[in-house]
Amino acid sequence: MTHLALLAQQLDQIFVLAAHWLLSDLPAALQPLCSAILSVAAIIIVFATLFAITTWLERKGLGRMQNRYGPNRVGPFGLLQPIADGVKSLTKEDIVPITADHAVHFLAPVLLVAASFMGFAVLPIGRNMVLVNLNAGVLYFFAIGSMMELAVFMAGWSSRSKYSLLGAMRAIAQMISYEVPLVLASIVVIMQAGSLSTVSIVDLQASYTGIWPHWFVFTPWGFAGFILFMIAATAESNRSPFDLPEGESEIIAGYYTEYSGFKFALFFLGEYIGMFATSGMAITLFLGGWSAPFSFLTWVPSYVWFFAKLLAIISVFIWIRGTLPRLRMDQLMNLAWEFMLPMALFNLFTAGLWHFLAAGSLRWLVCSTMVVVPCILLSRGLKHKKKFQVRTYHYSQ
Amino acid sequence: MVGEGILKGMAETARNFFGSYFRKDRLTTVQYPEQRDPPIEAARSFPFLVYDGEDWQQGMRCVACQICEKECPPKCIFIEKSKDKKPDANGKPQFFPATFNIDISVCMSCQICVEVCPFDAIKMDVVTDLSSGDRFGGLLLDRQRLAKSDQYYNSIHPTEAAAVDARLAAERARQEAKAKAAAEAKSAADAKLAAVTQAQPEIGGPR
Repeated sequence: MTHLALLAQQLDQIFVLAAHWLLSDLPAALQPLCSAILSVAAIIIVFATLFAITTWLERKGLGRMQNRYGPNRVGPFGLLQPIADGVKSLTKEDIVPITADHAVHFLAPVLLVAASFMGFAVLPIGRNMVLVNLNAGVLYFFAIGSMMELAVFMAGWSSRSKYSLLGAMRAIAQMISYEVPLVLASIVVIMQAGSLSTVSIVDLQASYTGIWPHWFVFTPWGFAGFILFMIAATAESNRSPFDLPEGESEIIAGYYTEYSGFKFALFFLGEYIGMFATSGMAITLFLGGWSAPFSFLTWVPSYVWFFAKLLAIISVFIWIRGTLPRLRMDQLMNLAWEFMLPMALFNLFTAGLWHFLAAGSLRWLVCSTMVVVPCILLSRGLKHKKKFQVRTYHYSQ
Repeated sequence: MVGEGILKGMAETARNFFGSYFRKDRLTTVQYPEQRDPPIEAARSFPFLVYDGEDWQQGMRCVACQICEKECPPKCIFIEKSKDKKPDANGKPQFFPATFNIDISVCMSCQICVEVCPFDAIKMDVVTDLSSGDRFGGLLLDRQRLAKSDQYYNSIHPTEAAAVDARLAAERARQEAKAKAAAEAKSAADAKLAAVTQAQPEIGGPR
């Protein structure tokens, strides 16, 4: 039995041990640098591969939801489609508008990809598998996340195209609006964990009562926080139903209208990597990071759980994209400021109350009520505001 | 409550997703180059030339009257009339097109050539996969590429072709009847003349 346990432990730590073994012969002065380079390379390769798989999964999934086959030509089940897409985008002509600001136009996709990859630095992908254990990891993550807005606006502004600029302005309005509930929804976890370090947040959730884990999503405030976080994350990553910045039907492709070939592919990559990073943060904060969902499944390597949860969240993202139509701008803003923000603030009170009440069913009842009642009232408020009237244009008459 | 409609919609897409794996009738996609839907009878793409019989040069219905060339709005038809006559499918000597080109990159599929043709020689095709690597030569169809048999015409537009064939057959029968009547009348007249000449041999005699 102990033999098996040892094997499971070694399997769990296989990448950590492999990295140690690889670097053990290097001089001690070089080791930290090489270790970092190795980890960064691993992160880039793994998540770029996941991006390729996700594009295939998304096209297949959306196809099936619309009763189509999806890609089925390149390779078995169309599995080599990402390679074909890659070849296509690499061989396409790279067009830069003549009036564009060339330097900024070039830098925007690079910055977007760099910013989206930097978030992974603090995500614990498995037990002992984190690039840097910052004691302000969550703060770092959100700070890096807001760099993506800069990249988006650089793209929109430098293209010198009306569609690009409109898309960028929409993106800025949307991303800044949803950054507020995104951060507020994650504060409840920080309150409970008493730490900004992602590693200690996951460690706190990786314990069990009976077979059940102590994930924060299994508390009233954690559940509400998770839902709010996921809605805000969808808006942050510009995905349907919050894909106004790209709104194909009205502004071509939004801020990346003027990009083609490989730069367009970089934008695509950046968006997906950003989505993975935010989903990874949601997993870390609410879904117990790399911890197993049941105590009897802890022998499965921790990184398997992380990627299983990530794929589950990606599937839900795809499912939502296949279901919901795009919101209108006013609906988008109303949702952010009139529903998500008050809900997130209420949730802070709920989490505080949970902390000070004694454990038991009373705590559950009180906190659940504190989540459900504001939700119903606020959603009613959203519904009752639907009054349509004839618009008057003051300046055109 | 907010989210009710969202959940309903998500249930619907989930049903589509799983249903598409178990019910083949949900997936209406035809895997195009390998599988094809039967051609639609009322469809039309570009004109082609109908021929009767086996040999396309022999059976070409077109007599190079050049009406279609004159009527064609985008002027995509080019015809050169033959110098000599060749017997057509019925054995009647006719002019024939020495050259008959249609530039389908210019053609707008208006069907006016078909409307004006007095010989039912030009009809609309249903093929659409005409793309070519050669954008000049590949899209300029000569008379050999344009020539398609009457059987083919019958297979793509059965109703229309049946009507055309019936009309042509009726016309041919009428012509034949007329020729026969003419021949009979001629032979009767000949016989009469012969009888008359026999009865009165001295009528044209010397004065």
